[in-house]
Amino acid sequence: MLRFLVRRIIGAVVILFLLSIVTFVLFFGVPRDPALLMCGKTCNPDSIANIHHVLGLDKPLTEQYWIFLHNLVMGSNQFAQGPCPAPCFGYSYHTNDPVWSTLMDRLPTTVSLTLGAAVCFLIVGLGTGLLAAWRRGTLVDKTATGGAMVISALQIYFLGPLALAILVYQTHWFDKPAYNDFTGDPLSWFTGLIIPWVVLSTIFAAQYTRMARSAMIEQLQEEHVRTARAKGMSRRYVFFRYAWRGSLIPIVTIFGIDLGSLLGGAIITEYTFGLPGLGQLAVQSVFFSDLPLLLGVMLFAATMILVFNIVVDATYAFIDPRVRLS
Amino acid sequence: MSTPLLSVRDLHVSFKTEDGVVRAVDRLSFDLERGRTLGIVGESGSGKSVTNLTVLGLHNPMFTTVEGEILLDGQELTTAPEPELEKLRGNKVAMIFQDPLTALSPYYTVGRQIAEPYMKHNGASKKEAWERTVEMLGKVGIPNPGQRAKDYPHQFSGGMRQRAMIAMALICDPDLLIADEPTTALDVTVQAQILDLLKDLQQEFGSGIIFITHDLGVIADMADDIMVMYAGSAVERGTTEQVLRSPQHPYTWGLLNSMPRLDSDTGARLSPIPGTPPSLLNPPSGCRFHPRCAFQGRVAGAGRCTTERPPLATDRASACHLTADQKRTIFIEEIKPRLG
Repeated sequence: MLRFLVRRIIGAVVILFLLSIVTFVLFFGVPRDPALLMCGKTCNPDSIANIHHVLGLDKPLTEQYWIFLHNLVMGSNQFAQGPCPAPCFGYSYHTNDPVWSTLMDRLPTTVSLTLGAAVCFLIVGLGTGLLAAWRRGTLVDKTATGGAMVISALQIYFLGPLALAILVYQTHWFDKPAYNDFTGDPLSWFTGLIIPWVVLSTIFAAQYTRMARSAMIEQLQEEHVRTARAKGMSRRYVFFRYAWRGSLIPIVTIFGIDLGSLLGGAIITEYTFGLPGLGQLAVQSVFFSDLPLLLGVMLFAATMILVFNIVVDATYAFIDPRVRLS
Repeated sequence: MSTPLLSVRDLHVSFKTEDGVVRAVDRLSFDLERGRTLGIVGESGSGKSVTNLTVLGLHNPMFTTVEGEILLDGQELTTAPEPELEKLRGNKVAMIFQDPLTALSPYYTVGRQIAEPYMKHNGASKKEAWERTVEMLGKVGIPNPGQRAKDYPHQFSGGMRQRAMIAMALICDPDLLIADEPTTALDVTVQAQILDLLKDLQQEFGSGIIFITHDLGVIADMADDIMVMYAGSAVERGTTEQVLRSPQHPYTWGLLNSMPRLDSDTGARLSPIPGTPPSLLNPPSGCRFHPRCAFQGRVAGAGRCTTERPPLATDRASACHLTADQKRTIFIEEIKPRLG
């Protein structure tokens, strides 16, 4: 197990390394000069060259990449804005703030949004899916399956504005979505995030309903489930002890991927509700050709996905002894 | 004669499918006495397994219709409520399945899976059940049972897994053991060991056994009585000696003919039964075997085989319109010489 984890972590680091190279190269492939955005109205070739020099953009690409890696690992004192301890992604071209602390500022929003929604959609989605599988073929099942199908077809950029229009602007039942620090005011943290949670988890819950139902139905047809029934174990016992255990594997797999990518920034949700999370930051960094910020957001999101992938693989070992012991 | 342990009367089982109603078991009746072994033989899809899942009530009630009677010790099972059946399953009636790898859960230890029915049916504590489990594993010939009980099924070999299945089935000392092709998935040498084990344990526990197989060699070894099934019905029954020494039904002849023999001429070809098993969605009229039967021309009364379903009497009987004399002479003169 330990060897497996070490191998996976090394693999993840290699992937991150490759990803940073790809991002770096792609950025310079885009025909847009960040210096143009920074030099303002009094732009002339001299000032652009000057900005290039200050940003280090006049150096060869490989050297720039080397500096980037070096700063990331060792930190740097070369920046005009001040010292930049490791992990140093440099300073944003646009805001001049250090990238790492910007990421860390934005992280609580994304974490609150993601974890809150995950709790909701796991409870609702898995609960409905299990109920549908338990009552397979009945009206309950058909309603749940049909409803989940319709909801899965919706998108956040449709459901989000709809919820805002009805629940916030028209009826004033809920607060306008906003992020308030949990430690400062837990209640407004909660009320500000209700609508985003509901919208984000509705769509995920529908997918998890369908997934849990089909995983359970597949498991219930397994021979070992029939054996358990043939031993006289009750339907409920077999459902929760035998079938559920096997269903966990696909569910955990998908959940790991979803959680990882959501923690890297729920771009559309954050944008729809104006929540200042990592997703919004990612979009901004693209708009402003803000390479340090873009690299920071990209690598952070990728790290989240990779970390959760490893967590998922480690979880398999708890669920399935065949993984643990082989 | 006392009441039989298991008595199946006029059993009909049909499934609703998207293509129509499949009559998986049709007009099936048989008895099993305590301590005896009934072998049920037939091709895949002949209704052997379905019959026995129905005995345990393990069919899916949403898609399945069951008519007729299944009496276990006089208790009607087809109409019994689910909690009643749960008390019987694994307790009075136990089942061994074909493939012990898929029939055991990969997520729990072998010991836990064996102990479960003992705790459920005997209200035993965890400790008692574990002791009994280890004892049973020892009985079925697992070396070092105390340790091996803590292993998972994938750490067992195929033969050991089937031994564990048998231990699980017998832990509550059932009156009836249904073994559904218990040796099909095993190596031949392991097969023989498992069969011997089952016979020994039957001596010890006195259970009645229904032994489902398509292997006539295995059945000859195991069964006291044989019932041959074709397309959801029994076509021939009798003692093992009777059915294998002087079979009366053309389908049984076909089965025997298609069996490879070590002592036959090398290079002699097997003679399989022509055609394929009928679709149970739309079974043939009259005798269900008639489209594949070479002897229907000899039946007195032209076309009887295609219109009239031959009945199957109790005890020694075969469901065929040929007269008893015809059956005897055809077997002795035409079939037996080919069997060598």
